Amino acid sequence: MSGFVVDSTVSSGNSSVAIPTDISGQILDLDEDDDLEVFSKDTTVTDGSSFNASMQTSPASMINQYKFEEDAEDTKDIFVTVDNPESHVTAIETYITYRVVTKTTRSEFDSSEFEVRRRYQDFLWLKGRLEEAHPTLIVHPLPEKFVVKGMVERFNEDFIETRRRALHRFLNKIAEHPIFSSSEDFKIFLTAASGELTSYKKQGPGFLSRMGETVKAVAAAVRGVRNRPQEFTEMQEYVEAFSQKISSLDKVTQRIVREQKEYLEELKECGPTYALWSQSEEELAEPLKDVAGCVDRCCKETEEQVKNLNDNLIPVLHEYALCTDTLKAVLRRRDNIQADFEAKTEALATKKADRDTMRDDLDKAEDRLEWANNALKSDWTRWQKDMRTDLRSAFVDTAERNVNYYEKCLAVWESFLHSQRTDAEGNGNVDFS
Amino acid sequence: VERTSLLKMMEISVAEAEKRTGKNAVNMQETYTVYLIETRPVDAASEGTNPVPDSLWRRYSEFELLRNYLLVTYPFSVVPPLPEKRAEFVWHKLSADNMDPDFVERRRVGLENFLLRVASHPDLSSDKIFYSFLTEENGWKETVFETGFQAKADSRLKALNATFRVKNPDKRFAEMKHYGDELQSVISQLLRVRARAADRLYGVYKVHGNYGRVFSEWSAIEKEMGDGLQSAGHHMDAYAASVDDILEEEEHYADQLKEYLFYADALRAVCRKHELTQYELEMAAQDLTSKKQQREELATGTIRTFSLKGMTSKLFGQETPEQREAKLKMLETQIEEGEELVKERNAECEEFVKSAWVDIERFKEQKDHDLREALISYAIMQISMCKKGIQVWNNAKECFSKM
Repeated sequence: MSGFVVDSTVSSGNSSVAIPTDISGQILDLDEDDDLEVFSKDTTVTDGSSFNASMQTSPASMINQYKFEEDAEDTKDIFVTVDNPESHVTAIETYITYRVVTKTTRSEFDSSEFEVRRRYQDFLWLKGRLEEAHPTLIVHPLPEKFVVKGMVERFNEDFIETRRRALHRFLNKIAEHPIFSSSEDFKIFLTAASGELTSYKKQGPGFLSRMGETVKAVAAAVRGVRNRPQEFTEMQEYVEAFSQKISSLDKVTQRIVREQKEYLEELKECGPTYALWSQSEEELAEPLKDVAGCVDRCCKETEEQVKNLNDNLIPVLHEYALCTDTLKAVLRRRDNIQADFEAKTEALATKKADRDTMRDDLDKAEDRLEWANNALKSDWTRWQKDMRTDLRSAFVDTAERNVNYYEKCLAVWESFLHSQRTDAEGNGNVDFS
Repeated sequence: VERTSLLKMMEISVAEAEKRTGKNAVNMQETYTVYLIETRPVDAASEGTNPVPDSLWRRYSEFELLRNYLLVTYPFSVVPPLPEKRAEFVWHKLSADNMDPDFVERRRVGLENFLLRVASHPDLSSDKIFYSFLTEENGWKETVFETGFQAKADSRLKALNATFRVKNPDKRFAEMKHYGDELQSVISQLLRVRARAADRLYGVYKVHGNYGRVFSEWSAIEKEMGDGLQSAGHHMDAYAASVDDILEEEEHYADQLKEYLFYADALRAVCRKHELTQYELEMAAQDLTSKKQQREELATGTIRTFSLKGMTSKLFGQETPEQREAKLKMLETQIEEGEELVKERNAECEEFVKSAWVDIERFKEQKDHDLREALISYAIMQISMCKKGIQVWNNAKECFSKM
């Protein structure tokens, strides 16, 4: 089973899961990857109440295990926050670190609270590790590296804040993921002191073995997959279409923000103009000043609304746009695993020598494929559910904020009307029909 | 609207607008718009018989002629303005065209407003030319020219554009003129800013229409989310469409502001006219004073002021007593005439100040009332816009929550 990172993940996942005493008969014949064990056993991801000791570890049953995750909300036992960005200046570079605070009751953690500082590179490393370990699981995207506009952009306050929020969401998605949250790399990321992390990062398969794997991956990609199961083709078509839609939504929302900002620029001049006018008037001075005040208040609300769109809806849409790249990569990797299996099947049929080794390889490739397919199918369901929840709440939130915005402006103008009415009644004129 | 004797008699409206083509003064084909003025006797409406109203067609240039006549004939009145000749302060390129139906419609309303303003003015409403404008389609133009107002119009224009310095203007008029300047400047600014803001607001609303399209396309690839997305999309379309009505109403508010922008001009014209009459009085008084001084010098033989006559008489000898006598007599006559003129001009000035100030006060009250109404209607518009927004987004929220 070459190509997977040797990982010292503890085989039991959730601390609330009851581990059967004898699992030897159920262990698949996998030598290196402990992560796969986490997957292959009944011990994965289920909470105690739904655990069935006699459950067969068939690929089919693995899919079902994900469904239990719906209870995870109530049994959340790890809380991660990312905050407190700080700038660090060294002789060579300037960079930002973020404080990562973890609170957990999980037994595999030595303590219940951890506080470490991490930089963007570290997050990238974690993502890479998770992807390598689980090529067909879906890792939530990281915020992009700085948009090219020169060095200055990187340290812009808004940029740092947007990135901080995205990093926070990233870690929380990892923590909520049935497989990833039990990853040793994740644990190290959350708990290790900076020095420890650096040395830990240096471990892992050597450069050469990774190179070897890349070559194999390229070869597999070139070969292409022959008999892709229909469901994965459908997935690919969906991802294609979804990618277009979500990126359109991202663009539309950004356009709305732009137009709103320009509207705000013009509106900002209205209030002062009414105020200027009031200075030339006598009877009209009061109502004109009031109108000026109303317009100014509406300006503030509009500013708030723009900020909301920027801080809430746009990041979510953007992240799901990035997700589609991840999904495409995952589907590609699955295809490669299948292509590899197909190649090995062909090789066995045609070659005469080394049949035993080849059969061994073939069996491993077959298992790998089956595992990859099931992993993807389960994670796909989980991802879709997550996507639906995230996008729904983002849009509901946006709609709510818009309602709020209009309600506030409404109150502003109604109070103006009210003051004019009481004035008029006092003066005995004006018809309000 | 003041119930003048004219309005007690008839109802006035500009009911329709129509396009016509015809040959103009230089025998070229042109297309222009005519407006139908309808007048109906007041009693008929209350009796319930509802007869066909009297009507005639007029084009914009005839309205302009009427107004110019009124300006010249009633210089002490703040004459109501006409709706703008060309669309200005346009927020959306479409309505810059004079032939655009929306522009024509707004102009029709503006012309009706003008007629009602004139008809409710205490002085202007009883004018015969105005009455025949409303009632006699043919030959009206000739009647106007027969009044000879054109000559007065030309001199008036010249006078108003001339620069002269008045020594003692009535302070109230000076202040009013200054106010007119400020009003014009601030309303122009407000109209400009408002037009730009309207343009931007249009953009914001219309972009939301894209949500409708994308949601619809997206719903096609989703199973459970499909319905929620689809219905939310419809609300986004409704939101995008709602801005057209909103901005049309705001255009009406802009028209109300424009009327007073142009009124500022009429106000300034009255103040300018005062300056002119004051100036003419001052000139006459100055002339009289210098004539009196000349008489004194001649009578006492002292030369106080430098004059060429004085110098030449010094050089070439004094005048004969007979010559002096003749000159004195002439001066006396001139002084008498001068005093008459000053009396006349003074009376003119006082008369003007009295009448003009009455109309200015009337105008002030009207302005305060109308603009306050306009601000209130603006607030009502904003409220309506907010209510629509609340409704749409609440609906959208419900659909989103079903995603």
